[in-house]
Amino acid sequence: LPSLPQAAIPPLGQWLCGLALLGSAWAALPPPPPGLQPPAPLRQALLPLPVYLLVAFGCYSLATVGYRLAPPNDCEEAAAELQEHIRAARPPLRRRGLRL
Amino acid sequence: MAAPRPERLSVLLPTYNERDNLPLVVWLLVRTFRDSGIDFEIIIIDDGSPDGTQEIAEQLEKIYGSDKILLRPRPRKLGLGTAYIHGMKHATGNFIVIMDADLSHHPKFIPEFIRKQKEGNFDIVSGTRYKGNGGVYGWDLRRKLISRGANFLTQVLLRPGASDLTGSFRLYRKEVLQKLMEKCVSKGYVFQMEMIVRARQLGYTIGEVPISFVDRVYGESKLGGNEIVSFLKGLLTLFATT
Repeated sequence: LPSLPQAAIPPLGQWLCGLALLGSAWAALPPPPPGLQPPAPLRQALLPLPVYLLVAFGCYSLATVGYRLAPPNDCEEAAAELQEHIRAARPPLRRRGLRL
Repeated sequence: MAAPRPERLSVLLPTYNERDNLPLVVWLLVRTFRDSGIDFEIIIIDDGSPDGTQEIAEQLEKIYGSDKILLRPRPRKLGLGTAYIHGMKHATGNFIVIMDADLSHHPKFIPEFIRKQKEGNFDIVSGTRYKGNGGVYGWDLRRKLISRGANFLTQVLLRPGASDLTGSFRLYRKEVLQKLMEKCVSKGYVFQMEMIVRARQLGYTIGEVPISFVDRVYGESKLGGNEIVSFLKGLLTLFATT
């Protein structure tokens, strides 16, 4: 057994820290200083990054949940086995005086 | 509190209206333990079932002996968490198995839990429906979708290090379960989730064994809006506070 409990930051706190870091990095995207021409496509791509990330996460979520539903492990064998075990259990229990 | 004996397993079986299933699950447990040579006791915590579950439990105690079947009933429904606490007071094993008494959990997995526990010296072994060849029988697509969606959300928000948080088929070291029961305050599904989350917080190790969950009552008790809302509330509480 461990000797020290972890000092836990709740997951909410971890998320807020992470979002604050990303958010401040994104908000700190400086306007292009005069004379310097950063690639315009790069800037156009970076600005809507939060929306892109959200949509990408949404797609990932749907795909993951869908993928996990796709091979439906319906445990048919387990259910059949259970029925068999139930049938097998009744006679010995009755013999021992149980009223089922 | 009784002193734990080496290598003995205590099964906690909270029951409510399980007159039909209880003798079957006890028979399967006894057979499983005798076949695998595991020293055991079964503690039945009946919450004043009106259908005569306690009478059946008394008959089982006569059949198998009061050193193997311990009856610790309560007058009425007092909740799962307190049932575990109540049952544990009388447990003499050093490992505790919690499971459902309605045959959705098959005792055949318990020797696999023990094998897994020894393999990694885990503090907790959790039966998982979401990994390996684990699965569920008896759910329609809607139920499976809700379950997988909820599990996905839980994984994203809590990153708990276990694939099945709402499952209730688990093996615990006795002292670990005692410690967790002191700390957990939620009810229902969220209670099982909180146990895993707090276990991780306290640095306990968790192993997993795929299990099949055979739901024969789903047709009678569909998952409704209320349960989904209380699950989300519980999840957000764990997200914000643990």
